[in-house]
Amino acid sequence: MMTPLHKQLLNDYQRNFPLSPTPYQDIATELGVSEIEVINALTELNETDVITRIGPVIPPNRIGVSTLAAMAVPEAQLHDIAQIVSAYPEVNHNYEREHRFNLWFVIIASGAGHLQQVIARIEQQTGYSVMSLPLVDDYFIDLSFRMDLHDC
Amino acid sequence: MPDATDRKIIEATQGGLPLTPEPYQAIAEQLGLTAEDVMSRLSAMQDKGIIRRIGAVPNHYKLGYRFNGMTVWDIPDDTIDDLGQKVGQLDFVSHCYHRPRHLPEWPYNLFAMVHAKSREDVDNQIRQIAELLGGFNHGCDVLYSTRILKKTGFRRSEKSRAGQPVSDETALNV
Repeated sequence: MMTPLHKQLLNDYQRNFPLSPTPYQDIATELGVSEIEVINALTELNETDVITRIGPVIPPNRIGVSTLAAMAVPEAQLHDIAQIVSAYPEVNHNYEREHRFNLWFVIIASGAGHLQQVIARIEQQTGYSVMSLPLVDDYFIDLSFRMDLHDC
Repeated sequence: MPDATDRKIIEATQGGLPLTPEPYQAIAEQLGLTAEDVMSRLSAMQDKGIIRRIGAVPNHYKLGYRFNGMTVWDIPDDTIDDLGQKVGQLDFVSHCYHRPRHLPEWPYNLFAMVHAKSREDVDNQIRQIAELLGGFNHGCDVLYSTRILKKTGFRRSEKSRAGQPVSDETALNV
């Protein structure tokens, strides 16, 4: 069950987390609560996996080279192939999706050559081709994804 | 480009800032820097766009947003910058990207991630995007995720095994 403080922290601090020596105290002052209440509430959000962390968010391709990759594999082999793909440390997210291209994952490599190597190795190991769709442009608009926390 | 110290700071904070009264001081001690260094470098990286934002990273799935749809659109290349900006501004779109087509099997060049609490809501969001694109929409599809097979991007142990920081390209259940 989320308290009003949890919800405030979630919706209002997705950005502009204070860059000051005591950021939790700053937030506490802004919200009219104590520092320990803020720290406890954030710890609860963290432990219940409602937030994955508090910290800097890095846009794609700022560090390393990444691509969104997709494979079309027969349903019967999906599980095994997904396991092969997930085993690569360069693979960061791997999702099964309802489509002919049913396996989608992100590859993050240290450079273009490394990225090509990983793709080639996955193709060789699985016997299926990898469709690579690297980012051309990012239309990110700096607005928070405002969540409806009504029934949380 | 970030220098070696910037990279170390990013790496040290990708698992999350410590939930202690002086989190930047804690990171600084770990790296042999001062808290002042850590804060000013984070601030500079934000100004340069190396860091998009600093804050709480919500887990949408856990918050009831169990339907994430990767909507993909085939729109004329000469309209994509203009239309991509507009789609990216919709409040239910968490990520909006231009990616290359892969013809013949993949005609789509605009990707917009949407998140909702029901499939019906996703359908409604798709309708709104279609309306916005109007006659420039030459085809679309939506790919629902049916299973998360690996999502370890935020785990410190995985990250260090990968040997590099995690990009948030797909942080929101993409």
